[in-house]
Amino acid sequence: MAEFGGWDMPIQYEGILAEHEHTRTKTGLFDICHMGEFELTGPSAVADLERLLTMKVSTLAIGQCRYGFMLNEQGGVIDDLTCYRLGEERYMLVVNAATLDGDSAWISRHLSSGTTFTDLSDGIAKLDVQGPTARAELEKVFGKKLQDLGYFKAEPFQCLGTEMFVSRTGYTGDWGYELYFPASEAVRIWRALLANENIKPVGLGARDTLRLEMGYSLYGHELSTDRTPVATSRGGFIRKEGGFIGEAAVRHDLENPQEFLVALEFDSKRAARSHDKVFFQGVETGMVTSGSVSPSLGKAVALAFVKAGHAVVGTVLDVEIRGKMFSAKIVELPFYKKGTARG
Amino acid sequence: MAVPNDLYYAKTHEWLKIDENIATVGITDFAQNQLSDITFVELPDVGREVEAGDEVAVVESVKAASDIYAPVAGTIVEVNAGLEDSPDMINASPYDAGWLFKIEVRKEEDVDNLMSAEEYAESCDEEADVEED
Repeated sequence: MAEFGGWDMPIQYEGILAEHEHTRTKTGLFDICHMGEFELTGPSAVADLERLLTMKVSTLAIGQCRYGFMLNEQGGVIDDLTCYRLGEERYMLVVNAATLDGDSAWISRHLSSGTTFTDLSDGIAKLDVQGPTARAELEKVFGKKLQDLGYFKAEPFQCLGTEMFVSRTGYTGDWGYELYFPASEAVRIWRALLANENIKPVGLGARDTLRLEMGYSLYGHELSTDRTPVATSRGGFIRKEGGFIGEAAVRHDLENPQEFLVALEFDSKRAARSHDKVFFQGVETGMVTSGSVSPSLGKAVALAFVKAGHAVVGTVLDVEIRGKMFSAKIVELPFYKKGTARG
Repeated sequence: MAVPNDLYYAKTHEWLKIDENIATVGITDFAQNQLSDITFVELPDVGREVEAGDEVAVVESVKAASDIYAPVAGTIVEVNAGLEDSPDMINASPYDAGWLFKIEVRKEEDVDNLMSAEEYAESCDEEADVEED
């Protein structure tokens, strides 16, 4: 167990490699109750959200969600989050645990009088069910068919004696769902899912290796208040029309990028770790933000910020790992190319 | 947690088996369990002279890398080359197939500074208690 955003979280159950493999080939179950859920309602909710968030909110259909960033005035990332449109004037934000209190305070300070903000986190449980067989295994547990849901689409679903909100999203790169339901039902639903022996619990350790293989950002590593999201997303998840807090800094970085996040692949299994230094022909060019052995590839991979001029696919860089240099090549993301997330 | 009686133990979770003047060194069951899946091992060069407490190897799991220290002074005379392809042998068999290296012992008195199985088991219990808090 480890402390994570104020929660005691399991790093592993059976073992990180076994849990990783199970998620890539069958179905893994992730206890994600630590993440926060906010609801914003009212006639001005959409305008407030567009000012607070970088992604397009006004064009969300009911039952659709988008991923993006919440920035401060300097363009630093307060959090990365998902915004769902639940109804005509009703939205849900899903936020990181460690940033929840700061998010809540920031949002509250920037609301119009026509928007009601509610922190629903204590009352909502979240379980992620992820893997190529997730749909079939979930249907076995639910005893009924799931609707055909598109990627980044969600809808209410009655099953196991409770009302769930089922979202076809995830953090693994494989097909899967994020289930939201009343916290009072969490233990019962967790047990019902694990009664299906094809579904196995997966801890934070494999959650990290799975997301790293896809190149998905982890707040505190690839995203923080230290820089705008431009170096990480290269403009992705940021709407062109602007109109959000932090826009000036984002535009500055878009026009004049100093550094980019790159994907590094090593020949060996020797893993670089966060803060390891990266060199180009002997000159320091940046820093690793996440690194691990990739269980699917059988070699070490890393994400690193490097100077924009060196951020070219195919470039060979050197990473200093515990005093020794290891070469690594910049490759295209994702590292793992067989992900089934989109179907 | 297995702690065989015929071995000596270091506080840093290495075990040591003495046969004449050759000491075989590995990491304990407690250590491999804490590290979880081991994915990479860096072993010392044969012939290297080491002092007790020197960093001589690195054992890396999915989670983190850990230094392995020489429990006694001497010369590295052999390494377990099979670990390069199968580092997970340390998880499966920490006291046998998962040994790391052998040292020709220079100072026999170094062994007196190590712990017995009983003392080591006790120190692990204390460490586990601290983690529970």
